[in-house]
Amino acid sequence: MARRSKIFGSFTEAVADIPDGSTIAFAGFASPGVPLNLIAALLKQGAKNLTCITNGTGGAAPDRMPDIGMLVENGQVTKVIAAFTAPTRASDRIPLTKYVNEGKVEAELVPQGTLAERLRAAGAGIPAFYTPTAVGTELAAGRETRVFNGREYLLEHAMPVDVAFLRAWKADTFGNLLFRRSQRNFNPIMAMAAKLVIVEVEEDFVQPGEIDPDDVHTPGIFVQRMVRIPPAPEGLWPGRRPERAPAKEKQS
Amino acid sequence: MSGTKGLERQQIADRVAQEFQEGWIVNLGVGMPTMCSNTPIDTDLIYHSENGVIGYGPVLPAGQEDVHLVNAGGQNVSLKPGAAIVHHADSFAIIRSGRIDVTVLGIYEVACNGDFANWKVAGANGGGIGGAMDLAACAKQVFVILEHTTRDGSPRLLRSCSLPVTARGVVTLVATNLGLFKPLGDRFLLREIAPGVTVDEVRAATGAPIEVPDNLPVIRTL
Repeated sequence: MARRSKIFGSFTEAVADIPDGSTIAFAGFASPGVPLNLIAALLKQGAKNLTCITNGTGGAAPDRMPDIGMLVENGQVTKVIAAFTAPTRASDRIPLTKYVNEGKVEAELVPQGTLAERLRAAGAGIPAFYTPTAVGTELAAGRETRVFNGREYLLEHAMPVDVAFLRAWKADTFGNLLFRRSQRNFNPIMAMAAKLVIVEVEEDFVQPGEIDPDDVHTPGIFVQRMVRIPPAPEGLWPGRRPERAPAKEKQS
Repeated sequence: MSGTKGLERQQIADRVAQEFQEGWIVNLGVGMPTMCSNTPIDTDLIYHSENGVIGYGPVLPAGQEDVHLVNAGGQNVSLKPGAAIVHHADSFAIIRSGRIDVTVLGIYEVACNGDFANWKVAGANGGGIGGAMDLAACAKQVFVILEHTTRDGSPRLLRSCSLPVTARGVVTLVATNLGLFKPLGDRFLLREIAPGVTVDEVRAATGAPIEVPDNLPVIRTL
């Protein structure tokens, strides 16, 4: 049986039909696993009224690579769901702040573990769950809690997404993915939470069977589209993170 | 910290690191807490970071970084033999199920009832929670590190937090440039005092009652 190839020739082609109003999950934590090339393609593609799910929106570092903050600045984003919606250091600035303050973008702040588990639940067919995280805080105000075994827990709902953008180290042509080191982060759970999964891949595609089944982190059944990242400068590859001055490390 | 009384930043972190027990799984927050991993201690620890790295080692020097490997602060770290990597949901399963022995967090304020605040500054629209709320709610112990007062001299150890809290009643150890404290509900116990600092100075810089034991130990710097 002939199967349509999951391999796309360009990032432009891979994101071409993403409609306005989509909910898109962006993998990555610091620089590892961030789908830089797919973000760059989405900036050019121009889909609007997007809801973006991400750990952070970026834009605090001087050596800026494509990030969610750029989609915000490009007028493509209506809502951001993230574990960081403002900097924790008074000296830091992120592009999102201005748009939130002006009421142009809605920002939903979610604790990182709750963000991860809401995605995992969506991918696991679980509509909601209870967590001890954020109980007693401003985030839990007016929301449903329940006591189990003498401890109070907060109700959280699954977070299904339309599209997930991933970055993987290796992939076979069927879409089985292998991530390297901390590149894995949100990638596998965002893949499972999404209806459409698009992956930028760092190494040349290999044939099915060349990645041992025991080594597959995300099975190909979750993956629809893949693009091999070209060498720099055509393809985007993260460099080293610049050192921060120690004086700027302060929390407030 | 130059110009501030008491301990330097690394010395505060050093004192906290000496509290770690053999075999503990330790999660260090961004900022001063990460400096705990610079302390030369013999204790065999497993460092966990939110992005799923279990068993990371020192930050690698420029030119030797692995671009695929960072800790929670985005620093390019190394892996110790026996390290393992999991995805984000499993990383927080480790946290939520109570397997982290201690988390050390940099914070804005702490109250003597064990509440603390570190995600939203006054007047901000939104905040930066990261993994702090999960860690604070679920780690076996929560140690916090902060400078004793704000830049304008206002106390940051208080009767109750003025900023939105990260978690309630969870802090077991407070380390500042002036000393080492334990929240006792309606007061802080001054466990140890920084060299060159007086009890009166500590009291004057603190926004909550301080209990001072007889024979108050002075923090030994490394």
